[in-house]
Amino acid sequence: MPLFFTSNMTLCLSKGRYVMVHKVEVSCSYNFEDKMFTRGMKRKCNAEEDIDGPLTYSVERQSLLNMSLVKLQLCHMLVEPNLCRSVLIANTVRQIQEEMTQDGSWQILTAQTIAEAPVDRLLSTDILCHSSKDQDQDGEKGCDDHYVTYGEELEVHQVEEVSDLSTLTSIKLQNSQPHVWEVDSQQEKAHFQKSLEHIFETLESRNTSTVEDLFSEVDTSYYDLDTVLTGMMGNSKLSPPDVLDGVSQTAKPSSCKTELNEVDHIVEILVES
Amino acid sequence: MTGELKILGQKSQTRKILPFYLPFQIADIISTVEFNNTGELLATGDKGGRVVIFQREQESKNLPHRRGEYNVYSTFQSHEPEFDYLKSLEIEEKINKIRWLPQQNAAYFLLSTNDKTVKLWKVSERDKRPEGYNLKDEEGRLRDPCTITTLRVPVLRPMDLMVEATPRRVFSNAHTYHINSISVNSDYETYMSADDLRINLWNLEITNRSFNIVDIKPTNMEELTEVITAAEFHPHHCNTFVYSSSKGTIRLCDMRSSALCDKHSKLFEEPEDPSNRSFFSEIISSISDVKFNHSGRYIMTRDYLTVKVWDLNMENRPIETYQVHDYLRSKLCSLYENDCIFDKFECVWNGSDSVIMTGSYNNFFRMFDRNTKRDVTLEASRENSKPRAILKPRKVCVGGKRRKDEISVDSLDFSKKILHTAWHPSENIIAVAATNNLYIFQDKVN
Repeated sequence: MPLFFTSNMTLCLSKGRYVMVHKVEVSCSYNFEDKMFTRGMKRKCNAEEDIDGPLTYSVERQSLLNMSLVKLQLCHMLVEPNLCRSVLIANTVRQIQEEMTQDGSWQILTAQTIAEAPVDRLLSTDILCHSSKDQDQDGEKGCDDHYVTYGEELEVHQVEEVSDLSTLTSIKLQNSQPHVWEVDSQQEKAHFQKSLEHIFETLESRNTSTVEDLFSEVDTSYYDLDTVLTGMMGNSKLSPPDVLDGVSQTAKPSSCKTELNEVDHIVEILVES
Repeated sequence: MTGELKILGQKSQTRKILPFYLPFQIADIISTVEFNNTGELLATGDKGGRVVIFQREQESKNLPHRRGEYNVYSTFQSHEPEFDYLKSLEIEEKINKIRWLPQQNAAYFLLSTNDKTVKLWKVSERDKRPEGYNLKDEEGRLRDPCTITTLRVPVLRPMDLMVEATPRRVFSNAHTYHINSISVNSDYETYMSADDLRINLWNLEITNRSFNIVDIKPTNMEELTEVITAAEFHPHHCNTFVYSSSKGTIRLCDMRSSALCDKHSKLFEEPEDPSNRSFFSEIISSISDVKFNHSGRYIMTRDYLTVKVWDLNMENRPIETYQVHDYLRSKLCSLYENDCIFDKFECVWNGSDSVIMTGSYNNFFRMFDRNTKRDVTLEASRENSKPRAILKPRKVCVGGKRRKDEISVDSLDFSKKILHTAWHPSENIIAVAATNNLYIFQDKVN
């Protein structure tokens, strides 16, 4: 199909303003009817106007945190996420986390999670670093020798770290597995069934030697995202990732619905695209 | 005057499968626009990896109103989609940036880059071809030596003008992250390419070696809180360059001080306004573009809501700040939710550095006159701008009452964004990329 340029060209001789000279259209069809990303602008601001006070603030903050965590999880699913965006989102999460730690609401969260979960460790850091480290490590391998001269030792150091982190994740996974089956809601079962299927699929297709290796290959993002989603439904029985669980408990029932909708919305968009 | 031009160039063989809700070709979305140093040529790059070069029509006595028209000069496939087997990921063919090299002979040279690879292209005209070789016939086949009985001198014969684009250099394998900027140095021998965490310096002649001049990758990636968002060389001092970061800072580096410019010479940063503090403060202060003015005395930066002009001699605050779309400040949460807050708007100077231009949403773009402090919002859209028409200034209604001709903040279309614009180096001609359309506007003449 040949490509056509329509060039409509004029020049207006009136004073002092910009006139359209020329427009080049690089498409066969031009019809913006999609408003998918432009809508949904109102809800947040209306909510702000309707209610006031510290309660609203903490709910807002909570929903922002949830939203950010979902975004980070989705970044994590990509092989090569937009690093700038991931870093900015992760910093936002850190900021919220710090503030929540200061006013005490983070303590409540962490107390309810598993004891051995590393409290001092920022969840956002975990998520962000897990993906970018993998990426970098692989990326450096792909480069020609000329370019890897700088800080080769550091890379080795990082490779070790990655494997540490993977082990940690796999332990968490193993610990939490029994809990998964206690979930009673049908929908949630389906969610976890899916993630487990994914895990098993991965297991079958690999021929690695140790259990740790097997689990380190598993993409935990599916797992975490499910927890976020199900957590929103107000079910607090799930334990695995240290923070996400607690998130659901502090979120007020009234806000749960909106949050659920908005997360659904995001997921919908992603599924569709 | 309406004409239809058929593009004879190559088309990308691989096209992405289109989601049902996108009626236009994703590959056609313009991702960069750049005038060459004389303004005679204008290059665009798109998501499909193509580069289209427009040439300005020569002034003609017969058709004086046609002056300023840009017509397609050459189009070629600069980058193809690739697959990185080691990382098992697709490398997009999208052209992130185009930079022209100053013209030194009859041919034109430009650098184009996607996420990973920079290419040097030569664009040249040919209107003559050699004829009468001794060993080859006109089709280029070798002649049977037995039939060669006389010697002749080959001659050049005129032929139809042909514009060829040939890749002269391919600079690959030096970037682990996504390249966001390239900048040709004023020595015209070197250029730099910047990705999220590193900046490399290249010689235009040498493709298998580059020098790492900035590396902000922390030894421990858990400590990563900042990335490089844009970088540019000083227009006259070949040892000086700046780069901006996601934390809203600009660093000026001097390559004479050390080989690895991890220590900046100057750090430009404005203290945060406590009254505007929110969880989005850092995101909206992230700089999406940085540009030296023509003299090299000032730097312009674009963040999400503003354009700022900095004096190289004053690091603690910008000398000018312009609000691009301050009415979005109350919408940040929604813009975060729909990811618009991460849009990377670019900014440009006019030829005399007296006006700056940058894009916004709803196909709006903004111009700020630095002397009179006046600003204008214009719209690049097919619906509202008939050829020959004067662009009407647009107004976004902020308060409660909406006047006629005003558009309310809630009805802005956030899918129509103007991220890339270019200004002719000496005249008041601007090029505005609105999704898959390129608009060229000209200031009135006479």
